[in-house]
Amino acid sequence: MDFLNALVLLLNYIFVPALAYGSQLAIGAIFVTLIYGILRFANFATGDMMSFGTMVAILFTWYFQSMGLTLGFLPTALLAIPFAILFMGLYMLIIDKFVFKYYRLNKSPPVQLAMVSIGVMFVTQAVVRIIIGPSDRRFFDGEKFLIKANEFKEMTGLNEGLAIKSTQVITIVVTIILVSTLFWFLNKTKTGKSMRAYSDNEDLALLSGIDPKKIVMITWMIAAILATIGGVLYGLDKSFKPFTYFNNMLPIFAAAIVGGIGNPFGAFLGGYVIAFSEILLTYAYKKFFMYVLPESMEPDGLIQLLSTDYKFAVSFSILVIVLLYRPSGIFKGKIL
Amino acid sequence: MRKNLNVIAAYSIMMGLIILVGIFQSWNIALSIFNLCLISAVMTMGANIQWGYAGLINFGIMGFTALGGLAAVLISVNPVQEAWSAGGTNILLSLFLIIGIILAVRFVLKKYQKSKIRNYIIAAIIISGIIIIRLVSEPGIEAIEEVNPARTGFLGGLGLPIIFSWIVGAFFAGGLAFVIGKVALGLRADYLAIATLLISEIVIAIIKHEDWLTRGVKNVIGLKRPAPYEVNLQETEWFINLVEKFNSGKLALISDLSERQAALNQFVIEGSSVFVKLCYSGLFLVVVIILLILTQKALYSPWGRMMRAIRDNEEAANAMGKNVVKQHLLIFVLGSAIVGIAGAMLVTQDGLFTPGSYRPLRYTFLIWVMVIVGGSGNNFGAILGGFVVWFLWIEAAPIGLYLVNLTTAGLEDTHFLKVHLIESVPYFRFLMMGIGLLLIMRYRPKGILPEKIEIK
Repeated sequence: MDFLNALVLLLNYIFVPALAYGSQLAIGAIFVTLIYGILRFANFATGDMMSFGTMVAILFTWYFQSMGLTLGFLPTALLAIPFAILFMGLYMLIIDKFVFKYYRLNKSPPVQLAMVSIGVMFVTQAVVRIIIGPSDRRFFDGEKFLIKANEFKEMTGLNEGLAIKSTQVITIVVTIILVSTLFWFLNKTKTGKSMRAYSDNEDLALLSGIDPKKIVMITWMIAAILATIGGVLYGLDKSFKPFTYFNNMLPIFAAAIVGGIGNPFGAFLGGYVIAFSEILLTYAYKKFFMYVLPESMEPDGLIQLLSTDYKFAVSFSILVIVLLYRPSGIFKGKIL
Repeated sequence: MRKNLNVIAAYSIMMGLIILVGIFQSWNIALSIFNLCLISAVMTMGANIQWGYAGLINFGIMGFTALGGLAAVLISVNPVQEAWSAGGTNILLSLFLIIGIILAVRFVLKKYQKSKIRNYIIAAIIISGIIIIRLVSEPGIEAIEEVNPARTGFLGGLGLPIIFSWIVGAFFAGGLAFVIGKVALGLRADYLAIATLLISEIVIAIIKHEDWLTRGVKNVIGLKRPAPYEVNLQETEWFINLVEKFNSGKLALISDLSERQAALNQFVIEGSSVFVKLCYSGLFLVVVIILLILTQKALYSPWGRMMRAIRDNEEAANAMGKNVVKQHLLIFVLGSAIVGIAGAMLVTQDGLFTPGSYRPLRYTFLIWVMVIVGGSGNNFGAILGGFVVWFLWIEAAPIGLYLVNLTTAGLEDTHFLKVHLIESVPYFRFLMMGIGLLLIMRYRPKGILPEKIEIK
């Protein structure tokens, strides 16, 4: 019984939250990696692009809510996602046309493109803050919990409750669908294969008649889908605040590099590596040991490896270690 | 003279703008803008040495700035005796332990061949060391943080004049840069950018949460000043006389004696804060000029030529027998040390240390905008960039407000669009920075004052 209690405790406080957070990071990391692999620059506007997509989704959510349109127990924001993706894609294509295209055609070094993306970051941040403001917003509606802690306790008769938020389930389900579709697209369809070829060797791809304009456009569209969905899922699970989204760029970068930048599957796993290590290292294991160990050996302290203040620092330290020992990431990067 | 015409023109326009602010808004605002422009100029000089001279991307400017600020605290605050007696020994012991671990790791690295066993030994040393340090330091940290937590709760500093911290800040930042450089400089350009960005976040996390050292988010306020205090100035004889002399024309117009006294008092209060800011401006100007002379000399020395050679073609420079790795490390340390000076200057001017205020947007990306806009590789350009961008950063809100009023003049004052736009005026600065950066990168990629190398 004690063992089961300990297991549920870990499930409740570590496994489920880390899985949800990891999925959100994974989507962002695939976004970073895709841009890096095909357009060949580190996109510092990542977080702000995600916040732009989320902002549009929130505006549509409000519009639908004002019309009385809801999805019942599901959040209305899911209905808003397709519309938000359209706007996001449009925004990205406009940015590409007016900003990135020039440098791409001139074959500028990646560093210059990264600097340009900082300019885009500033502009996007301004646009988001001017339209929706910098404050914290929650736009979740519908059923909040799939399983409540109390219900679980009654159901199983355990001391520990297991609470599963519906947003966590939505995040994981949507991530599975999105990522498997993406991998199917990249590996099985002709366009996906040509994207991978372009990422692998641009000149050869051009020689074999692949249209770079089409590749770039499709990349931005996929990026729009990833940015919007990733942003909305994070916003549903926690809340929407432009500054937090900007900060999220850092663990997302960490995930992308840990997985090997340019490698979408690596980025996908990298998201979970970062999320699990953040939560595993900062969780206080006192209660867990109280269940597992006999009473005489109960610990005094919190048994916390690092205080929760260092949550971000954990992921960055992992990144630094990975960069030192395997600069190409855990799963070799650079090929889409 | 002729070839420097654009430099002189650019600087005169900039000074003219600041003077205009002085005339139309107030001299107080103008001087505070000017002071922060000077500090920004020091930061951009540091970033410019790294990027402009050597082509190294350092997105960790925020971390070095914060370390400089930490130096200001550790130098100027009076030591907290009770805290030292409560937990000082534990902290010192931990410090020795850290040194011991480093020495042990170095010993293992030197003594044994590269192998898996060596890696395991090193990992074991580090992990066991961390556990021992935590066991030793935890009671000490708790004891220190319990000493009068509302006012101190940290170890305090050395109680020296704050000016010394400018040098110490440089050493702190340079030391961190040495470690980062050893670790990360081998990385490709964009990896280095991301790595430094994340490392600077780690530095901030440590400064924010190690309360025993920095007081963390409780902030350190009331740092000593190198300049006189306004309150003291307002009671000093010579200062009042000085203000009277300055404003004698205006004072003569007022006939009533008591009214005249009141007006004089007003002038003294205004004058005192202007005077204090002028003191800071003087100090900062000295730093900027010294750094400018040094960096200019370095740029035109054989060393500067070597750095440019390395930047433009690393392999060729390597083939000519230049030690690229060593020079990169050197320039990374030097540039970061200059940023550290700026960080200490900033805290000195504010008189307070607020770890929560260090954000990458303001302390890393904005500095980069300054370097790119001003002109990388050109010291005069970098300084000008610091001035222009900081000026716009501050004045963006008034300009934005003016523009909003102009474009929505046809709407009623209560129209929701107008109200919303006026509320969001502070964010126009982001828009301005972004568009400015994009335009400069596109149409004048070398900045306002481009790099130009003349053989002397």
